[in-house]
Amino acid sequence: MELKTKISAEDGKQELTITREFDLPLALLFKAFTEPEIIEQWMGTKVLKLECKKYGSYQFETSDGKGNVVFRANGVIHEVSPNYKITRTFEMENAPFGVQLEICEFEQITEGTSKLNMHVIYESGEKRDQVLKLPFKQGINMAHNRLQDIVSKLNTSR
Amino acid sequence: MNLRRDVFQAIADPTRRAILLLVAAQSMTAGAIAANFDTARPTVSKHLQILTECELLEQKQNGREVYYYINAKSMKQVAEFIEPFRKMWDDRFNLLETIMKNYTIKE
Repeated sequence: MELKTKISAEDGKQELTITREFDLPLALLFKAFTEPEIIEQWMGTKVLKLECKKYGSYQFETSDGKGNVVFRANGVIHEVSPNYKITRTFEMENAPFGVQLEICEFEQITEGTSKLNMHVIYESGEKRDQVLKLPFKQGINMAHNRLQDIVSKLNTSR
Repeated sequence: MNLRRDVFQAIADPTRRAILLLVAAQSMTAGAIAANFDTARPTVSKHLQILTECELLEQKQNGREVYYYINAKSMKQVAEFIEPFRKMWDDRFNLLETIMKNYTIKE
């Protein structure tokens, strides 16, 4: 099946672009980036802190089944323009990838569909490629497990 | 013994990317490739050596001349190395879509 997410990462550049069209109204897409409980669900991580405003910051943390912290990330927020744009930094803690700048732009296509354009700039081309070559298989499996959890919760609550 | 070099380090260099573009259009001898650059011939030879070592280029003897060909298989790997990253974001965004569709129903 064709993936709806497109990534453009030119050779030798220190940036990349992630684009995706959603079958969601613009306001709902934007909300998924600003509400901690919702971010926790789709990112598959715990949101320790999120002040979604200018001068704000955030902290994510993921633990394995035994309670060991396997992933921690943080960043600061430079701009939050509702239904339009979020500019923030992202840093994976205890990892050699440096800080990346993320410019997320949100756009309405029709009343019920919207588009996200994420422009990510790394410290160097080398760091970008290191991040791209991370073993994502684990992350993917975690996302699948999260999806199963959520779906089963939805079913039992009905 | 040839050191197996990093493919991505190889394509990070602008001259090497230009060489790959040239050879992708048409297989060429080292001399013909070098003629396209102002760089000294030994420098171009060094780039060709690196591209051959990491298997982006292949050499084939044709009479007295050695021709350089693009190794399509390796080039495909270069294009595919972002696929797991793309898949990860696609999974996350699919989840986001599912969650937010449910969100509308609840409200």
